[in-house]
Amino acid sequence: MTHTDTAARKGWMGLLAKAPPARLAALMPDLPDHSLLRAPEIGAVMVRGRVGGTGAPFNLGEMTVTRCSVRLACGTVGHAWVQGRDKAHARRAALADALMQTGRAADVQAAVLHPLAAEAAAARAARSGKAAATKVDFFTLVRGEDA
Amino acid sequence: MYVAVKGGERAIDNAHSWLAEERRGDPAVPELSVAQIREQLALAINRVMAEGSLYDPDLAALAIKQARGDLIEAIFLIRAYRTTLPRLAAANPVDTGAMAVDRRVSATFKDLPGGQVLGPTFDYTHRLLDFALMAEGAAPVAATAPADGAPVPRVTGFLNRDGLIEPALPDDTPPPDLTREPLELPAGRPLRLQAITRGDEGFILSLAYSTQRGYGRTHAFVGELRIGAVAVECEIPELGFAVEIGEITVTECETVNQFKGSKTEPPQFTRGYGLVFGQTERKAIAMALVDRALRWQELGEDYVGAPAQDEEFVLSHCDNIQATGFLEHIKLPHYVDFQAELELVRKLRREAQTLQEAAE
Repeated sequence: MTHTDTAARKGWMGLLAKAPPARLAALMPDLPDHSLLRAPEIGAVMVRGRVGGTGAPFNLGEMTVTRCSVRLACGTVGHAWVQGRDKAHARRAALADALMQTGRAADVQAAVLHPLAAEAAAARAARSGKAAATKVDFFTLVRGEDA
Repeated sequence: MYVAVKGGERAIDNAHSWLAEERRGDPAVPELSVAQIREQLALAINRVMAEGSLYDPDLAALAIKQARGDLIEAIFLIRAYRTTLPRLAAANPVDTGAMAVDRRVSATFKDLPGGQVLGPTFDYTHRLLDFALMAEGAAPVAATAPADGAPVPRVTGFLNRDGLIEPALPDDTPPPDLTREPLELPAGRPLRLQAITRGDEGFILSLAYSTQRGYGRTHAFVGELRIGAVAVECEIPELGFAVEIGEITVTECETVNQFKGSKTEPPQFTRGYGLVFGQTERKAIAMALVDRALRWQELGEDYVGAPAQDEEFVLSHCDNIQATGFLEHIKLPHYVDFQAELELVRKLRREAQTLQEAAE
């Protein structure tokens, strides 16, 4: 895989991992023929921070993660590591990852990834809009002796 | 003599079925769903995730429901659950500088790039009971304003530019993990931070407060407090590169503290650091103060015997699951231990009486 391919794959895998499971299920109701290389497995990933934000790493605590690996009938392999404990989410994300490496990439892009990306961007914009409304505008009061 | 006893199964079963009935409360009142708890008791969820040391809002909500709102019991349930999960990997450290901030305030600079963003805060509320919440009403709607999307740089970064504050230099030493190896002292800062971030909020708060009142004073200012979402990125072994696997909300607090300087260091500000799962700002501020107090040795400060300076004291007592386990075990049957004590007291009394009679 070339560098650009890796960057693109990182992008869609991240998008699928962060997608609301119910939304992904709605966008991907039909699953293509596949076999499970690794059945959906629930586990934990240790999340880390850095001392002072930029220094030495330390363990912050774990998060639940579900991983899954699938093989399509054509032999293409897809992987998923997704936040939470939703096995169907992990399976769909792995299938989407596999399909994105096949001739059906454009269909998946249009039917699944584009809507997910647009909704994620809208959700983020809505939240930052609320934050922006709570930004303080300081103004200096005119002091008595200056009046 | 050791006497094995059995019995109590029926009483225990009945106690638990009564517990289930009490948990449900009046059946005429609608039952709480886990989703309602997750959405409407979000700060309780955050505390359970932080101290349970497992980020999963649905599980935290379930634990709170099962524990009847007893948050330490809920944390206990989460800690027990997490031990059943295989550890798949350790993620790359989160980049809090790239946080999508809900809230970001600084007590040290009024005008700063990115501004003072209050977010959904209790600050400046009047702390008067709002009886309107007793009635069901339309869902409230937050105001919005155009967001500029500009980055929100770290406050310590501005001070760093002039060398006025100690830097936090990048380092990739794998951190020790107290969930894998027993706690050893001296702990070092990464292990201390892991212990404190999952430590009891009340205990960390009180220790932090004690430093403010003079027991190991560090003159802390909140340089920056930020709350928001960060991506979690993890190396995927089957791929050989890192992928974002999710997004979590965290609270980060950086304190700016006085430092006199030493023979080798010019006078400069020093730092305390707090990072906690969820919107948990009281805990994050307290964590930063306790972190700073524990750094006395590294910074060549005096040990004044304050509890917050005592690493062994802080780390051995901050975990509320260890604490409650040991505390509450004394209510369980100690019949044999007590029988031995009883025999001993009786024997001592007999001896004392014999001595007294002999003296008379």
